Amino acid sequence: MYNFKKIKFLVITVFSFLFVLSEETFSAGGETYDLIKPGFSFEGPTGTFDRSQLRRGYQVYREVCASCHSMKQLAFRNLSQKGGPEYTEDDSKVFAAEYTIIDGFDDYGDPVERNRILSDRFPDPYDSKEAAKASNNGAYPPDLSLIVKARSGGYNYIYSLLQGYGKEIPGDVEISDTLSYNPWFPGGGIAMYQPLYEDSVEYEDGTYASVEQMSADVTAFLAWAAEPEMEERKRLGFIVMSFLIIFTLLMFFTTSRLWRDVH
Amino acid sequence: MDTDYKYEPKNGLTKWLDSRLPLMRFTSEHVLQFPTPKNLNYFWTFGFILTMCLVTQIITGIILAMHYAPSTLLAFDSVEHIMRNVNYGWLIRYIHSNGASMFFLAVFIHMFRGLYYGSYKEPREVIWILGCIIYLLMIVTAFMGYVLPWGQMSFWGATVIINLVGTLPIIGDSLTQMLLGGFAVDNPTLNRFFSLHYLLPFIIFGVVLLHIWALHVPGNNNPIGLSVQGKQDTVAFHPYYTVKDFFAYTVFLLLFCYFIFYNPNALGHADNYIEADPMVTPAHIVPEWYLLPFYAILRAVPDKLAGVLLMFGAIAVLFFLPWLDTAKIRSGRYRPIFKYFYVLFVIDCLVLGYLGAQVPEGIYLFLSRVTTIYYFAFFLLILPILGKIEKMKPMPIGISNSSLSKDMVAAE
Repeated sequence: MYNFKKIKFLVITVFSFLFVLSEETFSAGGETYDLIKPGFSFEGPTGTFDRSQLRRGYQVYREVCASCHSMKQLAFRNLSQKGGPEYTEDDSKVFAAEYTIIDGFDDYGDPVERNRILSDRFPDPYDSKEAAKASNNGAYPPDLSLIVKARSGGYNYIYSLLQGYGKEIPGDVEISDTLSYNPWFPGGGIAMYQPLYEDSVEYEDGTYASVEQMSADVTAFLAWAAEPEMEERKRLGFIVMSFLIIFTLLMFFTTSRLWRDVH
Repeated sequence: MDTDYKYEPKNGLTKWLDSRLPLMRFTSEHVLQFPTPKNLNYFWTFGFILTMCLVTQIITGIILAMHYAPSTLLAFDSVEHIMRNVNYGWLIRYIHSNGASMFFLAVFIHMFRGLYYGSYKEPREVIWILGCIIYLLMIVTAFMGYVLPWGQMSFWGATVIINLVGTLPIIGDSLTQMLLGGFAVDNPTLNRFFSLHYLLPFIIFGVVLLHIWALHVPGNNNPIGLSVQGKQDTVAFHPYYTVKDFFAYTVFLLLFCYFIFYNPNALGHADNYIEADPMVTPAHIVPEWYLLPFYAILRAVPDKLAGVLLMFGAIAVLFFLPWLDTAKIRSGRYRPIFKYFYVLFVIDCLVLGYLGAQVPEGIYLFLSRVTTIYYFAFFLLILPILGKIEKMKPMPIGISNSSLSKDMVAAE
């Protein structure tokens, strides 16, 4: 006879084991402030990106962040791909053409400079890491392609950090003159000056550019940039899980039927 | 093993083949008709699940290797290339990276099952030892695989672990340089790790075949722990266990797919999405979750060399388990005191895993010392002594009789 208790026990064992283990991986850190969690459209098993938010976010990146931060994993063609901001190819071509790139050498050995095209990556604002450090008081502005995956707390951390400026420095925290206080940054002293102020950008779709709005928009954009496959992953996941659940049930009934007569 | 079934080739082709390469006979005797105790519970499905894990890792790994570039200049970007530009590259990589975690989850359950039901006891010592070899190879393979994406945790994890080898007397220095291919973790290290990470799974595969071969000499242990006494105690592996194992595998896949599709980075560390930088040390260097218990043991003692020896000892002690456990009967079901020590041991391992992720200070350091002592005491003191003094519970007289006498045992 089939024993439901055994199966239940096994499933609970496996899940609780994993729960304990995944907990411990994440218990590092110790913020004094809790992360702000505004609830993004792309959260949850069926969440998708808000196209207009991604476009606004790209505008914030382009007009504010890009002056210091590279996004070297992204190509302009990505802006038109499914599951992203989904600009038309012509729009993306226009974005690309705003930047130039050195592409090989001509017959005289001189470097050839041309406008960027869809297959080119986003430009790096600095020629070298050293140049980037020299312009930023010795701190290197990290590449933002993977920033959401590369920080514990993920997008909520980025969202909180962008709004963490202008707070009063607690008595027990000492910040050097070149750093700004930001309670969400480990240690509290961050080399990045406050990047977003009200109306830092003038949104093309007319949305009011509050710090909160811009933080949310650029965070969504960075979340997409880190996981451009997210929508496809969840869509495929739904199909796979649906199939597996039905298949598991069938296997359960098959097993029960097969073992019914074994005593 | 005494078998009362026979393979009879039915047509001309199979008769011809049977006298030249008895492949069909082998399959029939060792897969299809293999007599398997009929009372195995779901903890016995993990052998099949682990085989599927290995096959999955090898297939996805081979595909990843087609796109991956083992160079410090290219490795990180080539992984991102897989994630972004290769068709379904993200899927292949997430299967591979989460697959490693699922592999270890399954192997832990498999080992804890063996420990509880005494599957390592006479005549199955060699099966257990081969299993320990597989486990050791898995740890080495996983560790090397984690270095390949060349993220911060890859680099610094490799640095910490390889430096540990340097604490060994006499051979320490030369062994470290051999592993590194130089004096620090760099391109030669990455290259040899990639090479070995590709090689070792096939060696694991070979040892798995030996593991199954050794298993097929005495046949499976079972929850009662009594040997099979005759035909009435067994069922054919196919279809009974092929179907049951596959059902368990689909349940396992549900959990696996949850991670792949809905939480693919939950089991990894955020820092590994930052490209390796030898000039920047991460705030906390932690290994992957499945190595955390050993990491806790390593850091439990103030002396570096002692820590390294204890960490290796924690695995080495497993090899001697068949002779450390002196109890005559196999199954923990009929060992009333062992049960408590066993549960405590499982909790001890989980706590060690938790402590491996904490900074070894204050209460965490104290706890990791207590749990390390219990880990070794379980093998070196409790099992040898308990087997001699423990009074066993009444046991059924056979596998087929167990269902009859179960009520009597419960009634006592």
